[in-house]
Amino acid sequence: MKKTMLAACFILVSGTAFAQQAAQADPATVDRYVQSMWAKASPEWKARIVQDETQAECSAARNTPGPAQFEKIVAREKAGVVFPADGTVLGDWKSGAKVANTGTGGQFSDGPDTYVGGNCYACHQMAPGELSYGTLGPSLTGYGKARNFSAEAAKAAYAKIYNAQSVMACSQMPRFGHNRFLTEQQIKDVTAFLFDPESPVNK
Amino acid sequence: MTRMKIHRIGAALVTVLALSAPALAQATDADKEIERYRAMINDPMANPGYLAVDRGEVLWSTRRGARNVSLEGCDLGEGVGKLEGAFAKLPRFFKDADRVMDLEQRLLWCMQKVQELDTADVIKRRFGGPGVDSDMQDLVAFIANKSNGMAYQPQLSHPKEQEMLAVGEALFHRRAGVNDFSCTTCHGEDARRIRLQALPNFSKPGKDAQDTMGSWPTYRVSQSQLRTMQHRLWDCYRQMRHPIPEYGSDGITALTVYMVTMARGGEITVPSIKR
Repeated sequence: MKKTMLAACFILVSGTAFAQQAAQADPATVDRYVQSMWAKASPEWKARIVQDETQAECSAARNTPGPAQFEKIVAREKAGVVFPADGTVLGDWKSGAKVANTGTGGQFSDGPDTYVGGNCYACHQMAPGELSYGTLGPSLTGYGKARNFSAEAAKAAYAKIYNAQSVMACSQMPRFGHNRFLTEQQIKDVTAFLFDPESPVNK
Repeated sequence: MTRMKIHRIGAALVTVLALSAPALAQATDADKEIERYRAMINDPMANPGYLAVDRGEVLWSTRRGARNVSLEGCDLGEGVGKLEGAFAKLPRFFKDADRVMDLEQRLLWCMQKVQELDTADVIKRRFGGPGVDSDMQDLVAFIANKSNGMAYQPQLSHPKEQEMLAVGEALFHRRAGVNDFSCTTCHGEDARRIRLQALPNFSKPGKDAQDTMGSWPTYRVSQSQLRTMQHRLWDCYRQMRHPIPEYGSDGITALTVYMVTMARGGEITVPSIKR
């Protein structure tokens, strides 16, 4: 909560500098630009620029929703989280390592058969041996170990990967399960990568 | 310089990058290493981007189109044929077109209106590649270079320029697509990295935006091409898992207006050279 407040202050300060220069754009005008920018995209691709409620609300709130809106978004996103039917959230950590380390998939430069990865390392530190990690998200090194490998914490992690906004409204993290970007099996594998005692994340 | 020689320089630069990458991961002061590398390759004689500048100079004065005239009759905002400082004030509103245009939109407009050139081929070659020279990349390199040593002066007095800025700011924050990404995902905070790549913060005015905008267009060693901001934003949307943005569309120009506004006062030193 404190972090959210700090983030709010930061954005307010930087927002002020902008506000001195221009008023916020009228949504209909923005949409006109969006439509012309992707006028030639195929219907399947064009569907991607249509915002869902959460994307639209977070964009308008500059990712800093007020307390009531925060709760509303979390409730909405939480309702859509689907846990595995077999009751287990842990897959194969070795496969999870591949998902975490692969950044291809879903780009207009990718072929239809391109492997779709989660690209976790783009933003997070994970296994300490992998030095090429980003800092947009918190370090996840020792994640499972720090939570005593508890089943409850693993389930929470699965839910967070499935839909980060079911926990934190307007989180910058993609809603991997919600958006059908990763498969259920891939999310289980990444959860195992975080929670298996044998995973390098916990070594 | 021969083409062969350029390729060799490019290959050497890639090697330098490849060799320095693992070292950077462990470096206590990676920024200093990068600075040292930049200084090393920032010599105009070693920057293949200057070949694009030379080609652009030729293109600017080449007679083309149905009217068989050069682009010297084109007004980039500072007067007909005047190049010095034009890039520092773009994008801007053009009364004759009744639109705000970035440099590439304006060049296309001048090709169509001044030269009466069919721009289909120019647009097809908007981004250069192996065996494909891009007139637009070359012209942008040449024209932007004529603003070297000058500061970005965003033009915001016309209502349409103000609209562009407001829309650009909204687009910067607009989340969409299969990964819920917006520009802010990567460029909304100070001192962040994606993998090992440092990410400039464009959500506020200042040094990050000034340094970045002040060094575009740039020669991309990894692509062996002089790249413009149109290409950079195309690549951003690719990584954001958005559809291909239309070349020269007003949305790209709006984002550019927003970014030059964040970069106000930033000194232009182009073409630079980047990984």
